[in-house]
Amino acid sequence: MAQGPYSDKVMDHFMHPRNMGEIEDASGVGEVGNPACGDVMRLYLKIEDGKIVDAKFKTFGCGAAIASSSMTTELIKGKSIDEALKLSNAAVSEALGGLPPAKQHCSVLAEEALQAALEDYKKKQSAT
Amino acid sequence: MNRVYFDHAATTPVDKRVLEAMHPYFSDSFGNPSSVLIEEGGAPRQALDEARKKVGDLVGARSDEVLFTSSATESNNLAIKGLALAHKNKGNRILFSEIEHYSIMLQADYLRSLGFEIDFVKVDAEGLIDMADLKKKVTKGTILVSIMHANMEIGTIQPIGEVGRFLKEQGVLFHSDGAGTCGQIPVNVEELGVDAMTISGHQFYGPKGAAGLYLRSGVPMRPLLQGGFQEMGYRAGTENVPAIVGFGEACRLAQEEMEGKVARLTRLGRKLWAGIETISYLHFTGHPQRRLPGHVSFWIEFVEGESLLLWLNLNGVAASTGSACASNVLAADETGLKASHVLTAVGVPPEICHGSITFSLGRDSTEEEVDYALSVIPTIVDRLREMSPLYEKAKGGK
Repeated sequence: MAQGPYSDKVMDHFMHPRNMGEIEDASGVGEVGNPACGDVMRLYLKIEDGKIVDAKFKTFGCGAAIASSSMTTELIKGKSIDEALKLSNAAVSEALGGLPPAKQHCSVLAEEALQAALEDYKKKQSAT
Repeated sequence: MNRVYFDHAATTPVDKRVLEAMHPYFSDSFGNPSSVLIEEGGAPRQALDEARKKVGDLVGARSDEVLFTSSATESNNLAIKGLALAHKNKGNRILFSEIEHYSIMLQADYLRSLGFEIDFVKVDAEGLIDMADLKKKVTKGTILVSIMHANMEIGTIQPIGEVGRFLKEQGVLFHSDGAGTCGQIPVNVEELGVDAMTISGHQFYGPKGAAGLYLRSGVPMRPLLQGGFQEMGYRAGTENVPAIVGFGEACRLAQEEMEGKVARLTRLGRKLWAGIETISYLHFTGHPQRRLPGHVSFWIEFVEGESLLLWLNLNGVAASTGSACASNVLAADETGLKASHVLTAVGVPPEICHGSITFSLGRDSTEEEVDYALSVIPTIVDRLREMSPLYEKAKGGK
């Protein structure tokens, strides 16, 4: 493997995405990206007692976008909100064994999706 | 199932007969064809002449109208810059179609820096050149027009003969990039009325590293490389004799075997087309009839091109994509990340299309391979759609 531009880790997450799907009663949902750019990422979080107990995603995009989404859900499961807020795109990229330079934006998109989902959660919390 | 190679527009394997023809010119007949006064130069020199005749025969040109280069990219650069510079006393306006290969398109900025004015001729939704737009844009001072014979991303074959007749009346030079057609379908430079035509051999079982440029006898052209007097002074540098011999032999074989190959590829292409047509939200690109034999190109809503290509590859099927993401995956940064200029030109909306897929079949492609490709595509499409937040929105979901 790893013949192409992607690491084995990226290909593994692309072929076997972790936590793909939706959470019906999600505590927070974040959608980022733009169809014109070729990537749309939606992240669902289930949060209980300040902890992320479940995370799922749906993504339209290239191999790097799908792998970044999948890896992000793995990295944040079981984390507290504060810990999750600190997750950077560099950490996502590093966990994937690196992304090609032209694909770094996919990990940025994953970080933004996470921020948006946590934002949504906070908004819902203050509304109740 | 072995690998199913449906990417012949990218390149093909070298024909064993071609390889055999090349073999003597590496170590045995190794001489420099420019060493005319010694015995070692004789056989290589003769081999170049024979290859030149074979390439000429393929496109209906005289031997002395064929120049050898290293690639179709070099031929395109030599033709455009060489003709522009040799004719700049007559005007400074040059026209390209808006769906040319990058080796034409990306010359625009450079030529502008030399004082030339570059304009682009429109194509219609099926990729055919807009003759009215061409006629409007060939204004006074236009010295050169370059329109490709067939586009390898969408398969459309242009009415080059019609363009050639018009430009001849106008007294404007005409170059056509024939990398997609020479060796694939019958090509005759006289009937097409071109002054220069790019010929590439590695898409029809010739080696990489040799290509050709047809240049009509008597048309002045400036060389790009200064040096020795190889290629009648148009292209200095010691010739890549083995590759040129292989290129010539590939041209001879392509001409000999063309009729049967075109018929077979047309049949297989139709079968693939009909099978793919059943997929929902699928859009074919290019012209439905006026297209390269065995060439099928399309895009699917809610399915991103690179992901589709990667999954096809994992299932053993090689294709190519004009996806913004995939075509730039090796780029050093993200600045070039945009939709294919070809798809944009034929009016494919970038906000719903994220990369087309091109299948280009070859002479060894089989019915079984077509059946296999058709069997794996729907599963891949379903899998990617299931992941897509855009698809559920389109279905009227949340």
